[in-house]
Parts: sequence; structure tokens; C-alpha cells
Amino acid sequence: MTHTATPAAATPPASPAVPPKSRTAERSLARRALARPEIGALVAAVGVYLFFFAVAPTFRQADSFATVLYQASTMGIMALAVSLLMIGGEFDLSAGVAVTSSALAASMLSFQLTANVWVGVLVALLVSLTVGLINGLLLIKTGLPSFLVSLASFLMLQGANLAITKLLTGNVATDTISDMDGFDQAKSLFASEVDVFGVDVKITVLWWLIFAAIATWVLLRTKFGNWIFAAGGSKESARAVGVPVNLTKIALFMTVGFAAWFVGMHLLFEYNTVQAGEGVGNEFYYIIAAVIGGCLLTGGYGSAIGAVLGAFIFGMVNQGIVYANWNPDWFKFFVGVMLLLATLVNLWVRRQAARR
Amino acid sequence: MATNVTKDSAAQASAPDEEPVIRLRDVGKLYGNIRALEGIDLAVRPGRVTCVLGDNGAGKSTLIKIISGLHQHDEGEYLVDGEPVRLNTPRDALKLGIATVYQDLATVPLMPVWRNFFLGSELTRGPWPVRRLDIQRMKQITGEELSAMGIHLDNLEQPIGTLSGGQRQSVAIARAVHFGARVLILDEPTAALGVKQSGVVLKYIAAARERGLGVIFITHNPHHAYMVGDHFAVLRLGALELNAAREDVSLEELTNHMAGGAELAALKHELAQVRGVDVDELPEEVAAPSS
Repeated sequence: MTHTATPAAATPPASPAVPPKSRTAERSLARRALARPEIGALVAAVGVYLFFFAVAPTFRQADSFATVLYQASTMGIMALAVSLLMIGGEFDLSAGVAVTSSALAASMLSFQLTANVWVGVLVALLVSLTVGLINGLLLIKTGLPSFLVSLASFLMLQGANLAITKLLTGNVATDTISDMDGFDQAKSLFASEVDVFGVDVKITVLWWLIFAAIATWVLLRTKFGNWIFAAGGSKESARAVGVPVNLTKIALFMTVGFAAWFVGMHLLFEYNTVQAGEGVGNEFYYIIAAVIGGCLLTGGYGSAIGAVLGAFIFGMVNQGIVYANWNPDWFKFFVGVMLLLATLVNLWVRRQAARR
Repeated sequence: MATNVTKDSAAQASAPDEEPVIRLRDVGKLYGNIRALEGIDLAVRPGRVTCVLGDNGAGKSTLIKIISGLHQHDEGEYLVDGEPVRLNTPRDALKLGIATVYQDLATVPLMPVWRNFFLGSELTRGPWPVRRLDIQRMKQITGEELSAMGIHLDNLEQPIGTLSGGQRQSVAIARAVHFGARVLILDEPTAALGVKQSGVVLKYIAAARERGLGVIFITHNPHHAYMVGDHFAVLRLGALELNAAREDVSLEELTNHMAGGAELAALKHELAQVRGVDVDELPEEVAAPSS
């Protein structure tokens, strides 16, 4: 570290000798809490929880809550990666089908080669990371907005998922791999259930919380986290002070790739078979969860905890409607309302926080 | 077409009490067949503020881009510590201690002050897998460096976007100083600021000079320049119109050069043809130092 190269003594400048008066009062705890990106999502999560707790008796049971968490976790793992990417200032519309691509790759490769499923799992990881890398490289080399670049890769992946699956299996679903070597082992990692205080909870819930903790730590406590905020907040400024902006963005796209791989593996080992057309439309849910969690569409602001809360709200609404015996067709209407409210709350909160 | 005729005498006009960190000799720059700069001689000494003035399109930006390593010169010599150099990137310039603070590119508005201060040069602690930011130390150093420059903030956590324009520029200046800058290039730091905020920035320019830095202050406001400048260079159409030390030039002369005295007279004449403009009320152009 080079610092304080001061030839002359570090004397204060010829500023007035009067000690500077503090003009701002210490900000209250409430105001400081308001400055957190996820505060709006926290309020919303508590509200939604209390609402369904009141109207749906089934919602109060521990088993139901475990189901809510499971719903939230599969979306939440992706939402985490997508929120990091959004803080870094970019979108990935291919995230939804990338999950399916990864599961298809693992499943078909293992089946066609009659290899140990771990071979398929590792190759799928490579495929997913490569998709992320290509998305990132396309973004940087072309200079096009990530909305367009990832829209293109979304369409390409969607087409490739169907075409290659039909080519190899003659069907739109892959053959079951449940009797292959290594399946049970892999299932215990990606799709088993664990007993938490007498309640069976899907292991993805634990993974989700572990990933959330890692993401939060990286975002707030590491150099790379600093670069993510800077790359999304002001690309040119970041570059001017030496932040490797391109590297950061590519790494973020690859993180989305990693998350897509993980969720893809969960789906594969949960259901043994993969439908080639799945995943379309999920990319918007990931983005919505991130936005409800306080991420700015323009980048540079947001949190991983917010994405966790966003996905949790999703899980609650999704299952709550069922437990309340409502017509599930209303689900998307609810999501729309949530999104609108969340963005309005976030807007208001940011204005409050920006006040001095 | 590099003309290697170097006129030593022309390169320096101010008192040669200290060797210049940066010296330009007969520097020129061509964009295709457009001659953006020609025959520029300039010296930047430690503890001195060199002001570069000029109208829009006079070549200020080109000159700054050459010095900061964004562009390369086509003619003449660029010397750092007496050694001829050719800078390919701003990073090369930074290594030599030449830091540029751009008007709009200084900071990331939504990030806290201390994160902005150390952005790109973060301090860390711990071994690799758990290597983390040394937040305590970074906040402490940020606070110390800012107060050394006379900037007092109560809350280093506040987003830098909530500071005033002048304060933001000042944080960027303090950052450049902390990271070992010997020469500070300030690209129109007062252009977008009000009177009071400009005063804040001028104060920190003086503070940087006190700390022994060579400062290149680009502006098109002769009043701002005259308040802190030790040496003045006025650019016009890519060439030096004036290159003089403070002793040899008055504010009136500087203003006149800057406004382009002859052109102003012509403009006044033209305005006289237009009905409704009372030319008699306009001040006489100052051709000679009247003070």
C-alpha cells in the first residue's frame, strides 16, 4: 500500500481556525435502519406473514411453513445470484431456462454415457459456468445492454433445450436416472430432507441460507463486494480508480451460472427426470424477488438479505393462497401488487435515507 | 514531423527554485489532420499551482489527456523528473504519481464516503479464503486524511452522493493525495459548482499545494485561477497564448487574454449594429493592465 507521500508536513490547510461545528445531528436508529436496502422487504414480509397467519389456519402449522421455505429456497438461491448481478448493474434474462439447461445437461450426459451421475453433475457445472462466461463476454465485447444480450441467450438456450433433448431422447423429457450410480449420493446433497426440531425441511432451505450468508459477507466485507457496488453504481468512476469492472461483471454472470447449476441439480435429483420446456418465465420471478428485496434496477444498490426476503414473500404468497383455499389463479395478481408496493416503498425509503 | 528543437528558455518562466516534476517541451497532438495542440511548453513544480485556462475547444482537454496518459503526444517531449516518458494508460501516470480528478468521474454516488475513498485500493486483512476488508482502518484513515485536508464529515457511512458537489471533489482530491500523488490534475473542478462550493474546492487546492503537491488546475474562470495560481498558461486554438508566472501577469490581463480581447472588441462592434443594445454601457475592453 502506498500512502501518505507527503513531502511537506501534513499541516491542516489555511482554513479558519475555528473548530468545525457539526451541523448534522446524529441520525436516529430508525433513520439508520431506513437506510438499509432490505427494510421495505422486511416490513412487507412481516405483513404478508401476519396476513396469511390470520386468514389461513393451515399456514400456521410447522409443516406448512417448511413447504413455504422450500418454495422460497429454490427461487431464493437464484434470486441471490440475480440480485448480486443486479447490484453490479446487469440483468440476466436467461437465468430461468439456464436452470433447465443445467439439469438437462447432467441428466442426458449421464444417461447417454451410462456414466456415474457425478460425471454429469460436474459437466453440467462446466456448462452453466460457460453460459455465464459467454453472457458476460458478449456483454463486454459488444457493449450492448445486458437486457438484449441475455434475451438472446434466453431464446437460444430455450431452443437448444428442446432441440437437443428431442434429438437425444426422442422425447421432450429426459429418461429417469434414479437407478444410476451415484444417484443417492447426489440426491442427499441436492434434494434430501433434514430433520429440524421434528420438522422435515428440504436441504435446499439450508443451502439457501448458507449461500445468503456467503453472499452477504462477500458483498459487505470483501474487496469484490466493493467492486460489485462500484461497477453497478458508476462504471466509469469505478474504472477510473482502477476497479476491474469487466472482470467483476463476468464473475457475476458466472455466479448466476453457478446458482442455475445448483437449482438445476436439485430439480434433477428431486424428480429424476427433467422437462425440456421448463424454466421459462422464472427469470422474471428472480428479478422481482431481487427488486422487492430493495435492488435498484439501475444497479449499485441492494442486498443479499433483501433477495432472501423477496423470495420468502414469494413462497408465502404462493403457498398461502393454497392454504387459504383461494383460487390459485390469483397468485400472479398478488405478485403484481407486491411488486408495485415494494417498488413504491423502496422509492420512498431511498428518498428518506438520502435526506441529510 | 517531430521537431526536436527544444528551447530551454521558453519552457520556464517562473522561479526555478525546484526542479519541475512534469515538463512539456514543444508538445503537439494531431487528430488525423486536425492539429489539436502545437508547441506547448509547460512546467509543473512541487508546491506550485499551474493554471491552464482556455475557452471551449482551445485544447485544454487534449493537453490534460496527454498528461494523464489517456492520449499520447505526437510531437515534442514529455518529461517526468527529467526523464522522457510516453504514458499509455492512466495507470502508467498513477505509477509516476500523476493523478487526475475528473469533474464527473470522481465518485460512486450511492456508496459510503469511506468505501469511495478506498475504492480500487481497498485495505484487507486475513488469509485468502477469509480475506476481508479492514473496515476499521479504512474508516480511520479516511477520517484522518479528510481532516488533514480540512474536510470534516460527521458520518463516513453516508452515501457520497449526499455530499455537496464541492465536498465530493474535495474527497476525490484527498483520495488522490493519500494514494501518493505528487501531481494532481484537476479537470474543471469548479465548472459545475456555485460560488460557495467553488470556494470550498479552491481552499483544498491551496491545501494540496501546502502539502507540497504540484497542481494542474484546468478552468475557464480567470478569477478562480488567479486566487490560487502560481503560474498561468492560456490556450487558444491549440497554442499557448500566454505562459507567465503570477508576478508577470495581472488579473485584468488574464481576464483579457481569457476573454480574447480582440474578439471581444469585434463583438462589441457587431452588437453596436443591433438595435436595442446599449454599447455605451459596456465596459471598455482592457488592452493594458490598468491596475
